[in-house]
Amino acid sequence: MTRTGSGGESEAESLARFAHRRETRSSLVKDAVERLVRDKLALAGMVIIGVLLLMALLAPLLTPYDPIGQEILKRRQAPSAEHWFGLDDLGRDILSRVIFGARFSLQVGVVSVSLAILVGAVIGAGSGYLGGWVDTLVMRLMDIMLAFPALLLAIAIVTILGPGLMNMLYAIAIVSIPAYARIVRASVLMVKEQDYILAARSVGVPPTRLLFRNVFPNCLTPLIVQATLGIGTAILDAAGLSFLGLGAQPPKPEWGAMLGQGRYSMFTAPHIVIFPGIAIMFTVLGFNLLGDGMRDALDPRLRI
Amino acid sequence: MTRYVVRRVLLLIPVLLGISIVTFAMLRLIPGDPAQIMLGEHATPDAIARIRERMGLDQPIPVQYVRYLGDVLRLDLGNSIKTNRPVTQEIAQRLPATIELTMGSMLVACVIGIPAGILAAYRHNSAFDLATMVTALMGVSMPVFWLGLMLAYVFGFKLRLLPPSARLTVGVSLPSLPEAWGLGESYAASAWGSKVVALLEFLSGFHVLTSVLTANWEALKDVLSHLILPSIALGSIPMAIIARMTRSSMLEVLNQDYIRTARAKGLRERAVLMRHALKNGFLPIITVIGLQLGALLGGAILTETIFSWPGLGRLVVDRILARDYPAVQGSVLMIAFMFVIVNLVVDVSYAFFDPRIHYE
Repeated sequence: MTRTGSGGESEAESLARFAHRRETRSSLVKDAVERLVRDKLALAGMVIIGVLLLMALLAPLLTPYDPIGQEILKRRQAPSAEHWFGLDDLGRDILSRVIFGARFSLQVGVVSVSLAILVGAVIGAGSGYLGGWVDTLVMRLMDIMLAFPALLLAIAIVTILGPGLMNMLYAIAIVSIPAYARIVRASVLMVKEQDYILAARSVGVPPTRLLFRNVFPNCLTPLIVQATLGIGTAILDAAGLSFLGLGAQPPKPEWGAMLGQGRYSMFTAPHIVIFPGIAIMFTVLGFNLLGDGMRDALDPRLRI
Repeated sequence: MTRYVVRRVLLLIPVLLGISIVTFAMLRLIPGDPAQIMLGEHATPDAIARIRERMGLDQPIPVQYVRYLGDVLRLDLGNSIKTNRPVTQEIAQRLPATIELTMGSMLVACVIGIPAGILAAYRHNSAFDLATMVTALMGVSMPVFWLGLMLAYVFGFKLRLLPPSARLTVGVSLPSLPEAWGLGESYAASAWGSKVVALLEFLSGFHVLTSVLTANWEALKDVLSHLILPSIALGSIPMAIIARMTRSSMLEVLNQDYIRTARAKGLRERAVLMRHALKNGFLPIITVIGLQLGALLGGAILTETIFSWPGLGRLVVDRILARDYPAVQGSVLMIAFMFVIVNLVVDVSYAFFDPRIHYE
């Protein structure tokens, strides 16, 4: 006996419709991946990030010297066959410190953006879903946060929490929250008044299930693009805060901190500031290239 | 249009209040007694008690906030712990330096970014286009403070073409406007005179303006030479973003039918680009310029530190490290206010550039 599905269709027809839907959905993802891979600049970005990941994961194996070990008598030595990037003003090998610094940059970038997305998504979803005075109040709070230049607000937060790598990470995460809250809220507002949502709510579907099934898939594209670009921005902000002495503290080999400490010796030993700066630039470039590529691949309408 | 402006200004008030709450909360959120924090570890109990009474720190928080808000509205931001001078005075002294740097950077960004973007769009898919876009991408990826260090090293130290720090070379004379115009003490003693002199002293902080108004060409040359490197460093990111947005906007416009018509009519290519294409593609560029103007205020913090530029951003950094929290609080408040007001002015100015935007 053949069971029938909705509208009198047979089981076979229902299965065929389901398979087609799955195929369509996976072909959309496949299309996006194909577009991404065809984009040479995005590929370059992926290569850069891949190299960075390897550096971070294999740092103890890759570094020729201890990143905090000092050879005071050889301090500020220029690049040589023995020390490819030279030594800093405390006689530490710069190449080893740059390699280890990849860990801090990736950690700050990825963790701060992840925290910001988590908190921002909850705020945006809650605010958009509840609406009314809650939405108004929350969005005004986001406006107030956006009223401060990002670096200035991060400096203010670190001033309150105290300098340090983790406090800097939290500060950058807090400063990034409004962007993600707005993206998720926009998706909620778009979807909230649809008939199928009203129907689902009226039969008692819990709001969390609606959010995960209907809202978050809608905002996935802008979230992914914003997150990828956001990691680059977070790494720049972290370098800036550490440069000012408010982020990673010595002797941690964080790139911004290396620039901050090295600038006083810059005129006699410029190599101390050249290599960490190049490392920051290429890392951020990698994330920017990938973010741009993802934006073009996931939604060509957003192409710049 | 007037209704829109009034509505936007009224909507600004809760945001400005919010900013004042955040800056008020800054000092109270730092762990420890605010009075002890301000006076330092070696403060005597008597001094702490006096500060607490003077600042009303023994009052309930809402009362303290209302008092703080009242002080802010009267432009009383307290005294700096480091220098014991009014914070308002210190801000007034440094604000022109930051504004001058911001304007210089935006000028550099537009003068290079807009033509580069137009040419890249005009020569779409050429080597120039690719080179411009890759340079722009590297520009937005580069830390501003690193670029500043490199510029200072190459042009300031190695080539000795431009000075790598400060606003004026020691020995170059730039009298203030009251001094240059002979407004003596007797004038400053009168009620109106003192206000005019105070305003002119503030305007004298704008070195470019002062040297032009006093026809001090030697000082002007020196001031501009000091302004170049920090402006390029700070303007690098807006330059890159403006170039990209200009290219994107021009590409969209250059594909329109009316451009094809203009060419078919026999117009010179320059007229097609400048009179038709750029005018229509300008609004997104203005949007980006406006957004970047606000962002420059934040970016100035790092640039001013690198080039020892005596602006508001450097005040924030120096005083944080010195734990001079009234000065930090006042500077943060001022920068945030300026940021918000600049964004409002930019928003409202869109209507002048695009008559299609109806705010009624």
